Amino acid sequence: MYMLEVKDVHKSYGNLEVLKGISFSMKKEDTKVIIGTSGTGKSTLLRCINQLDSPDKGEIWLDGEEITKPDIDINRIRQKIGFVFQEFNLFNHLTALRNVSIGLEKVKGIPKEEAQKRAIKELKRVGLKNQAKQYPAQLSGGQKQRVGIARALAMDPTIILFDEPTSALDPELIGDVLDVMKSLAGEVAMLVVTHEMGFARNVADEIIFMEGGIIVESGPPKKMFQNPKKARTKEFLGRISTLYGKD
Amino acid sequence: MESLPSLIDGLYVTLILTFISLIAGLFLGIALALGRVYGNKIISAICIGYIEIIRGTPLLVQLFIIYFGLPYVGVILSPIDAALIGLSLNSGAYQAEYIRGSIQSIPSGQMIAARTIGMNKLQSIRNIVLPQALRISIPAWSNELIYLLKYTSIVYIIQVRELTYEGKFIAGQTFRFIEIFAIIAIIYLVFTILFTTIIEIFEKKLKIPGVGATSTTRLRNA
Repeated sequence: MYMLEVKDVHKSYGNLEVLKGISFSMKKEDTKVIIGTSGTGKSTLLRCINQLDSPDKGEIWLDGEEITKPDIDINRIRQKIGFVFQEFNLFNHLTALRNVSIGLEKVKGIPKEEAQKRAIKELKRVGLKNQAKQYPAQLSGGQKQRVGIARALAMDPTIILFDEPTSALDPELIGDVLDVMKSLAGEVAMLVVTHEMGFARNVADEIIFMEGGIIVESGPPKKMFQNPKKARTKEFLGRISTLYGKD
Repeated sequence: MESLPSLIDGLYVTLILTFISLIAGLFLGIALALGRVYGNKIISAICIGYIEIIRGTPLLVQLFIIYFGLPYVGVILSPIDAALIGLSLNSGAYQAEYIRGSIQSIPSGQMIAARTIGMNKLQSIRNIVLPQALRISIPAWSNELIYLLKYTSIVYIIQVRELTYEGKFIAGQTFRFIEIFAIIAIIYLVFTILFTTIIEIFEKKLKIPGVGATSTTRLRNA
């Protein structure tokens, strides 16, 4: 059975149709990477999956439950869907530790001490145990993003959505974040919008190439890089590989 | 010097008026600001209407309506109660606008991130948006405090025996206008400086580490 199923999702903003029927599915612990030029609806798709935006048409199923139903308790569903933002969006007034523990306390109702123990564990997992007491403004971009990942992990999600997690980072900080993401592969399902071709090639189970609101082609990295079916896929991957390096 | 006890009594009333209306105004202001920013059309319109009516009319007129007008509909208030209600309702409208500005200055990503970990809207506002917005409001709030401290003097007109009322009474009896009002001016000034200093300390304590430089440190670094 599939863990996540996206069925014919459409989304428009005014007259602009951003998603024109997206369908794909993911198994438990899959890692999928979505690539494509800017403005092709990749971020919109992620936002639709956790219902930050609701699709105009189509269904999304998570763990056998249709989450696009209007009467669904979306706050319960969102705990199962982690989200990591390009701009980190850490809670600025809270320490790294509290950023990670606040969801456990306020949403899951776990007592403060236990929540903080759990948060320390998650910070350790992303290599930031020593930064627990620091505030977001005192952290580097790469550290902020790793706190962002720890915050998502703490809620024990079945899937984490990454929206260009390294695009706002200085090049020398990207590696740390990608390493953390690599270490998660196989432990939790990840759906990653990124331009990091090295990550896509080495970590993804499948690459989804989106353009103009549709999925142009998808397949395992090897096939997509070496033997894409569509000319457009080949052209895009060729161009982006020169830009971002082959691995 | 024999007038000192009644000045102290007046000062006590002034301080009570200031603090109660500041705190009541804060809660009212938070409610109005939240209603204006997050409420549906009707709630938002009610909040805007209230804020604009209060800010668009003189405090004195508001006090007259509460003290002299309400008895016509059967509500009779003592001068001090009328003053407390009038000042609180008035301050609430101004504080609502400071707080609204602060709420709107918080990046929308903060709310979105809170929602993605499963917080509902109310939890997100309470735990994420408001703690940041209220910190940003502190300088404006400090302004509101010293403004209120001095503006409470207007309620002498509905017979509230606060500092200015007592001063005017004593001056009228002794004809020592200059000395008495000089003393009163100094009392207001001392408390204004005292409050401003306390709030500055409070603001530094609550400052989020690493965020922004205060104007003084910026000058020192320049």
